[in-house]
Amino acid sequence: MISIKGLSKLYKTKHQDVKAVDNVSLDIKKGEIYGVIGYSGAGKSTFIRLINRLEEPSNGEVLINDTNITGLSVGKLRKERQKIGMIFQHFNLLWSRTVYDNIAFPLEIAGVPSRERRDTVLELIELVGLKGREQAYPSQLSGGQKQRVGIARALANDPDVLLCDEATSALDPETTDDILDLLVSINEKLNLTIIMITHEMHVIQKICHRVAVMDQGKVVEHGDVLDVFVKPQSKTAKRFVQQLSPLEHKQDTLHRFITKDENSEVVKLHFIGNDAKRALITDVIKRFDIEVNILQGSISPTQEGAYGTLYVELKGAANTIQETTQYIRTSGVEVEVIRDVT
Amino acid sequence: MLREWFPNVNMEDMWTATYETLYMTIISVIGTLILGIILGLLLFLTEKNNLWQNRFLNSITAAVVNIFRAIPFIILILLLFPFTDFLMGTIRGPNAALPALIIGAAPFYARLVEIAFKEVDKGVIEAAKSMGAKTHTIIFKVLLPESMPALISGLTVTAIALISYTAMAGVIGAGGLGDLAYMKGFQRRDNDVVFACTVFIVVIVFIFQFIGDALSRKLDKR
Ligand SMILES: Nc1ncnc2c1ncn2[C@@H]1O[C@H](COP(=O)(O)OP(=O)(O)O)[C@@H](O)[C@H]1O
Ligand SMILES: [Mg+2]
Repeated sequence: MISIKGLSKLYKTKHQDVKAVDNVSLDIKKGEIYGVIGYSGAGKSTFIRLINRLEEPSNGEVLINDTNITGLSVGKLRKERQKIGMIFQHFNLLWSRTVYDNIAFPLEIAGVPSRERRDTVLELIELVGLKGREQAYPSQLSGGQKQRVGIARALANDPDVLLCDEATSALDPETTDDILDLLVSINEKLNLTIIMITHEMHVIQKICHRVAVMDQGKVVEHGDVLDVFVKPQSKTAKRFVQQLSPLEHKQDTLHRFITKDENSEVVKLHFIGNDAKRALITDVIKRFDIEVNILQGSISPTQEGAYGTLYVELKGAANTIQETTQYIRTSGVEVEVIRDVT
Repeated sequence: MLREWFPNVNMEDMWTATYETLYMTIISVIGTLILGIILGLLLFLTEKNNLWQNRFLNSITAAVVNIFRAIPFIILILLLFPFTDFLMGTIRGPNAALPALIIGAAPFYARLVEIAFKEVDKGVIEAAKSMGAKTHTIIFKVLLPESMPALISGLTVTAIALISYTAMAGVIGAGGLGDLAYMKGFQRRDNDVVFACTVFIVVIVFIFQFIGDALSRKLDKR
């Protein structure tokens, strides 16, 4: 649905030229939440602003529903922008307008008559959970509420795409989760395609289906969120993944549990996707005459199911341990028996 | 008692002069508002990286504004005599003062307007662009309303400067409280008239300041 080909942006300054976005090509499917993650200065904001041409590309093209955005005249671009919603880190609401009038603004721009505007605005206020706050001014709202207004405003003209530039970066963790939940529910309800720019792995993990990792203007890695989480290829991706599972790669602490005793085995359970939600451990204990001792691990829920690793010690008869690991394998969780740590 | 302290003050003259001062001030404030906003917009929009980015137009506007702002008002009136005569058909009375008042104050206000626009959050302008707003929508629905408190307090400052300009214009026979103080008070050594005119002008200034502050505060929802 969105096809980005060889997109580049070169900023020429007095001292040096900056390739803020460097030959980026991506395909984004209808209805998916596509994350773009990178450190500050990676070129994420420039990238997203090239999509609706708030910044003119130096090279490459952007196609949305087969419309070549990069080739549009100024007038046609304005029309097209009405179908591309955008939300911002600092909300960018008009302080002089009430919640109601802020949400009505894009409708005024699109030339919707005021009687029809009313229904749309009230519906959107309901959707983002701001009922009763219609006549409040932005200064009377909390950060989370302001972003809700921003989201309602971006949805007013029933867009095909929603561009989010660090939409939760100015919010506290709890409010961030509320806003992310709202975005997911909108994504599902309206089948809206969302492009989500962020520097927080948590955001990608929580709501994105696919992700691109940006570094110095380039996309260094992209794919399903789960794949990137499980097998990060690039250095940048690895650093981001480590943010989420600090316990990983600390196998040395397992050392003292690993013995020659055949009635005790340390196993690494690798959860990828949907099965992690099931109460696997309880299931195993009920089914087998075995003792399960949880050593360490971390599980992160993502849009496509949970992923993570869990180290457990299984105690019981050797053949029961054998059966148990077999059973866990068949339920779709990777099992690795750890014999020694080097 | 008033008669004793102000033997030379004629209340009828005072009210006529007050009316003339208010007339000159209000009309010139309206003229300054319109011309100042147009010039301020031009200064702002033609700036680098702005909507109508245009170095040539920006330099021309800035030069005109700076030159007219530099000319002392009393000299401006004299310089504008031919223009005033052509435009108003007279060089005496309150109407004759208007061109000089507006041309003298508008460049000053234009700079305040430019500053007010610069204070508008760039992000909000960008948000409007991302919604597909045309330039005139951005001007009328973003720039002007979002800078309104600053535009009003700027206009209050300008209006007060204009009140003192009207008093100066009195010297060339424009009428008003300045004229009265100079012709009837100063020249005849009737200090009570000068004093009464001063009190009236100060009261007018206070009223303008009060209205301006109240309006600016009421509109500011930040
Ligand atoms: N208008 C500009 N002029 C010159 N350089 C810019 C401009 N905007 C961004 N840059 C540069 O481009 C790079 C990417 O910036 P940005 O897209 O804002 O990164 P991010 O959003 O990932 O933090 C940075 O090195 C920044 O300094
Ligand atoms: Mg950024």
